[in-house]
Amino acid sequence: MEKETCTFSFCQKPEVVEVETDLLLIGGGMACCGAAYEAARWAKGKNIKITMVDKAATDRSGAVAMGLSAINTYMGENDPKDYVKMVRGDLMGIIREDLVYDLGRHVDDSVHLFEEWGLPIWKKGDDGFSLDGFQARDAGKKLLKDGGEPVRSGKWQIMINGESYKVIVAEAAKKALEINRNENGGVQNHFERVFIVKLYKDANDPKRVAAAAGFSVRENKIYIFKAKVMINASGGAVNVFRPRSTQEGQGRAWYPVWNSGSGYALGLQAGAELTMMENRFVPARFKDGYGPVGAWFLFFKAKATNSLGEDYCATNLEETKKLYSPYAEKLGTAIRNHMMMMDMKAGKGPILMNTHHAMAAINATFKEKLGEKEGAKKVKHLEAEAWEDFLDMAIGQAGLWACKNVEPDKVPSEIMPTEPYLLGSHAGCAGFWCSGPDDLGAPDHYHWGYNRMSTVPGLFMCGDICGASGHKFSSGSHAEGRIAAKAALAFMMDNSSYKPAIKETADQIAADLYFPFETYEKYKTVSTDPAINPHYIRPKMLQTRLQKISDEYFGGISTWYMTSKTMLDEGLKLLEMLKEDAALMGASNLHELMRCWENYHRILSVEAHARHILFREETRYPGYYYRGDFLAINDADWKCFVNSKYDVTTNTWEMKKVPYAQLVAD
Amino acid sequence: MPSFVITEKCDGCKAQDKTACQYICPNDLMTLNRDLMKAYNQEPEQCWECYNCVKICPQQAIEVRAYQDFAPLGGNVIPMRGTDSIMWTIKFRNGVLKRFKFPIRLTAEGSVDPYAGKPEADMSKIKQPGFFTHQGAGKTMPVMK
Repeated sequence: MEKETCTFSFCQKPEVVEVETDLLLIGGGMACCGAAYEAARWAKGKNIKITMVDKAATDRSGAVAMGLSAINTYMGENDPKDYVKMVRGDLMGIIREDLVYDLGRHVDDSVHLFEEWGLPIWKKGDDGFSLDGFQARDAGKKLLKDGGEPVRSGKWQIMINGESYKVIVAEAAKKALEINRNENGGVQNHFERVFIVKLYKDANDPKRVAAAAGFSVRENKIYIFKAKVMINASGGAVNVFRPRSTQEGQGRAWYPVWNSGSGYALGLQAGAELTMMENRFVPARFKDGYGPVGAWFLFFKAKATNSLGEDYCATNLEETKKLYSPYAEKLGTAIRNHMMMMDMKAGKGPILMNTHHAMAAINATFKEKLGEKEGAKKVKHLEAEAWEDFLDMAIGQAGLWACKNVEPDKVPSEIMPTEPYLLGSHAGCAGFWCSGPDDLGAPDHYHWGYNRMSTVPGLFMCGDICGASGHKFSSGSHAEGRIAAKAALAFMMDNSSYKPAIKETADQIAADLYFPFETYEKYKTVSTDPAINPHYIRPKMLQTRLQKISDEYFGGISTWYMTSKTMLDEGLKLLEMLKEDAALMGASNLHELMRCWENYHRILSVEAHARHILFREETRYPGYYYRGDFLAINDADWKCFVNSKYDVTTNTWEMKKVPYAQLVAD
Repeated sequence: MPSFVITEKCDGCKAQDKTACQYICPNDLMTLNRDLMKAYNQEPEQCWECYNCVKICPQQAIEVRAYQDFAPLGGNVIPMRGTDSIMWTIKFRNGVLKRFKFPIRLTAEGSVDPYAGKPEADMSKIKQPGFFTHQGAGKTMPVMK
């Protein structure tokens, strides 16, 4: 196809705003809020400018935008070494134990800050029952940092009243940015509704990135941020595979629908090395509404069975051990999915979460312990807790139960594995290969001086995109942002003579970013309905085609997560053509312009995912995906990381194995 | 779905400096029809039902109608978010009603003082593990061995 360029002959030329800063934070979620908080303290009195750029409003951006009902990573009385063991077990044996341990030893400080800032955390009452944030305060319960006892729903999880979790964390981050702003002449350093599209290489040092460019989704403005050091924490990738929902329900993704793979795409185009991009997460959740099951399993002790009442994790274990021992015995999330699907394929579905049995058991215990009246009161409190679990973090699930007349104490509810997601902070570990701390005895290839720095000097990664180190969750992402911020400032001070410069002109960048506008405006009148036009592809169809390719060829729901070399090869051919077609994206307004580039980011994320699956000739994550041509786990050849590097100028990928080191004994 | 805007209640936030729902939506969905001065959800199939527009609307003009590709009609979930707690009313398709109230924060909005009582950062320790808070409190970070 002939390549066209944007000359602003058809679309309006945007105003260009150039911003110079020292530390640039790309994203506004938990990780970047943590980074802002830590960085502003280290920067105090040193004329170091910190700038945050968020594609949404920071009060409600990122994965915690809706709220959360639990903080899933809080060490408390636990040893971070045991946390490493848990993460390693759940992620099928291959993680960066240095990064995970480092997170474990830092994370509680962030949780203590959240509580200090006003996040209500449940405490254990004197009678052993739980107290919500108000009750705990009124009962004079201590803060966690002073020895207060949280309500644990699992070994690592604590329960919270988390409707305003993100608002509270954002408030501290915004105040930190304000302090930094006031120290530096009051120049704007917090940009909301600016979507970063690309990172730009340094004109003098091709290894480094010197700028990030994006556009306002509210007005005709392009932003070019030149920075001495950057933290990329712009999230994982959602809606990359065809979802189970067919129309409106596509919005009810399990993970935030606005996580568009930007974190991966920005870094990989800058040449940062990726790791474990073959990993994905397929959560088993309440069907369609994707409400959380963790509290039901861990807190209410509900059991999931097939429709014959059989525990699929017991009946299918022997069969599963044949291919996946010794991992099967650990009953990690992937393995439990695998055994659930064995029953679904055998027609023993639907799979049910037996909420009614759990509630009946609780009812009986409470009444026996406390008597009829007091017992009933506690049960009512517990019912509220069960609903809060949804209302804090998956309100749509509460709505679905209301629409279907589901009262959890009366009937069970269906659970099901979702479409695949790419992420690195929840129970997944797809991301970048980052330097770890140097005090933990890790091998040399694990660290190169600055914690959480990618293989691109001065470009740091955290949250969903720092790879091979899952199970950070919200608190861990905040802590990791803080770790990265501190190291980023250390890097900057060690390279104090560096002045970022790029070779692209502002006009070139504007033309590049606004090209989908130009294309649309140029051709829109060729057909009587601009929706169907041979000269461009609208963002919605770009996403639809991507989802169809990944679903059918890369192991989505339609093949029960099955793929193989031949399938991957074919899918990658189709994906290459989609990538080419992305040169003809058409956007009719700023909202669509964002959707175009978001979907381009999704395409690159999926390509990395598919190439990693192709390279790893085994089935490391049964229950998440299967290589039909290599159905077993093969530790002899593949107990290692798979890393890759993309070269944007030649459009080629370099894949390699990287040795894994066990740092914590079994 | 997707959030929807009740025509009679929405005033386009004409008394405010910006349209609240448009400001808060994490996915850039809520938008203002300037001819009608009414907001609407421009891409309902990308709505996460996070309810941030519902919670922030000063006119209580926004509700959510559940995704029709899997949810039967008739149920709804309506929040009233205050400064320290939130009230939820859940109405089932069969008319069952449930009401809950939960805390949302224990401090006043805007009262966070991020570094009050916190130590200064010690630049000599910037390359050591631990946050400025750990280091300032003299805490040594554990190692594996």
